[in-house]
Amino acid sequence: MNPDNKRYWLDEPRNVTRLYRGLWGIGIVLVLLDLAVHRHAEAGFDGLFGFYGLYGFVACVALVLAAKLLRRAVMRPEDYYDR
Amino acid sequence: MIASVPAGLILIAAGLVAPLVPRALRGWLLLAAPLLAFAQLLALPVGARVEVEAFGFALQLVRADRLSLAFGYIFVIAAFLNALFAWHVRDGVEQPAAMVYAGAAVAAVFAGDLLTLFVFWELTAVASVFVVWAQGSKRAYAAGLRYLLIQLGSGMLLAAGAALRYAETGSLAFDFVGLGTPGGALMLLAFGIKCAFPLLHNWLQDVYPEASATGTVVLSAFTTKLGIYALARAFPGTEMLVWIGTAMTAFPIFYAVIENDLRRVLAYSVNNQLGFMVVGIGLGTDLGVNGAVAHAFADILFKALLFMSMGAVLLRTGTVKGTDLGGLYKSMPWTAGFCIVGAASISAFPLFSGFVTKSMIMVSAAQEGHAWVWLVLLFASAGVFHHAGIKIPFFAFFAHDAGIRCKEAPAHMLLAMALAALLCIGIGCFPAALYALLPRAVDYAPYTASHVLSQLQLLVFSALAFSVLMRTGIYPPEMRSVNLDFDWSYRRFGARLAAGGAVALAAFNAAAAAGLGGAAARVGAWLQGVHGAEGILARTWTTGGMALWVALMLAGYLLVLYL
Repeated sequence: MNPDNKRYWLDEPRNVTRLYRGLWGIGIVLVLLDLAVHRHAEAGFDGLFGFYGLYGFVACVALVLAAKLLRRAVMRPEDYYDR
Repeated sequence: MIASVPAGLILIAAGLVAPLVPRALRGWLLLAAPLLAFAQLLALPVGARVEVEAFGFALQLVRADRLSLAFGYIFVIAAFLNALFAWHVRDGVEQPAAMVYAGAAVAAVFAGDLLTLFVFWELTAVASVFVVWAQGSKRAYAAGLRYLLIQLGSGMLLAAGAALRYAETGSLAFDFVGLGTPGGALMLLAFGIKCAFPLLHNWLQDVYPEASATGTVVLSAFTTKLGIYALARAFPGTEMLVWIGTAMTAFPIFYAVIENDLRRVLAYSVNNQLGFMVVGIGLGTDLGVNGAVAHAFADILFKALLFMSMGAVLLRTGTVKGTDLGGLYKSMPWTAGFCIVGAASISAFPLFSGFVTKSMIMVSAAQEGHAWVWLVLLFASAGVFHHAGIKIPFFAFFAHDAGIRCKEAPAHMLLAMALAALLCIGIGCFPAALYALLPRAVDYAPYTASHVLSQLQLLVFSALAFSVLMRTGIYPPEMRSVNLDFDWSYRRFGARLAAGGAVALAAFNAAAAAGLGGAAARVGAWLQGVHGAEGILARTWTTGGMALWVALMLAGYLLVLYL
């Protein structure tokens, strides 16, 4: 729906795809910077190459998948407490 | 002169007077009071005391030390931002109550003894429920009642704990308490309710989405942070808090991902951020406690900013449901921008406030050898970016265009959001200014290449995970729904239990009445005889007889009194 018929930059799916690819580009550069920046690891194992990127990605995917499962257990109609 | 008036009382007085002044002046009064209180706090030196004698106790109305001053400053700043944001609200209840609430929180933070703390602790509960009720709906009324019961419960526990403590130590002073005594345990429970410990947390998600667009902003600032202050004062280094706090950071984010009401999503993220502070206090190290105080300071600002942006959306569109929103950046670009600043701050992007405060707690956890705690906190950091940093701005302002075209938020709201955003960025860029206020000596540098890089990697790959899940359609869509949480135990199970009890009681009554029917009829006949039209008690009596009986009764009282 777009009542004012004005096309915004983000309305073009092409541009959204560009943003998405740009984000991957930034991510890859950040991981490669691991090779250049000297790390002082906080917990020991976080000094491993690519630890933070991998952990962030896996954590968020796991979070969403677990939340989807949680929905099966706890989701009720919107007026559940009003009935 | 002004230095001897506690800052909290200035705000409380302004809130009490506000309903009486003309509507045109009310807004100015509520803006001026926090400014005056702030000037008063700036003039208040560390170590200042205001003491009074009452109820046979020496009460300490003001105890200014670095811990109370840090919370005092931010509470007064929050009161000002809220008054500015709610400039257009001129009814005689919501904003005056909000100012009393803010004043009670400031006064509680400066209370040097348990009795003063208790009085203002209860006043925050009572004043804040009027902020909720001012919204006016039946739902807000019911949620407010549940909220009030729980908050007053916290006050009762505090009173009982304080009484036990007085019996144990002979002193009412509010200092380090610790868990060693029954009084301490009760006080921890009282503070735990305010801090929304797991299973004690649902009042928060229950009431924040029900208050008005402006009311939720003020609710978010004070109650929970007052709990954090009290924990930092009385229970630093209590190891149990590390585990409680860790649980608090993790479990709310699962709910936040599937919640449709965006203000309830933020309420879950309040829970999650409080968890970080509770961990810092539980660690009890200089870095941990400083981190907890610094993070509370930053959190009040970015959470107020996020609730303000959602309040502006609610004001303009009438809803904050993820299912109904989307594409609002076209109509409300400034609000969207400020929301993103709040989102970046809570997500701890470098140059934003969360980056320089939350990391203190995480580094302290790692230094103390809590590797598992550290991993959970890192998971929660990614998760908070996911649900508060991305989900809130994305579903409100971007996502699919829901076709809503409305006006941008009013100028005073934009100004309040701009100030809050400026403070978030200011703390992120110049952390030394905040570190100078912290209760303990600070030896921490947030801006190392290693820290900036690891945080950026964490955040960018969390964003990538969101994008991938979105583009593949795995991400769960927003749905109109209620998600059962622990409040089910009292809102449904407890209510059903009570209703069942009532039915059983009615059945018992009916059976008893039937069984005793004969006896009841005889009692009825006797009553008819005594009280009926011809009964002895229905006769008309002379005035003299009445006077005699009254005199006899009074004589009887006297006798009983002196026996």
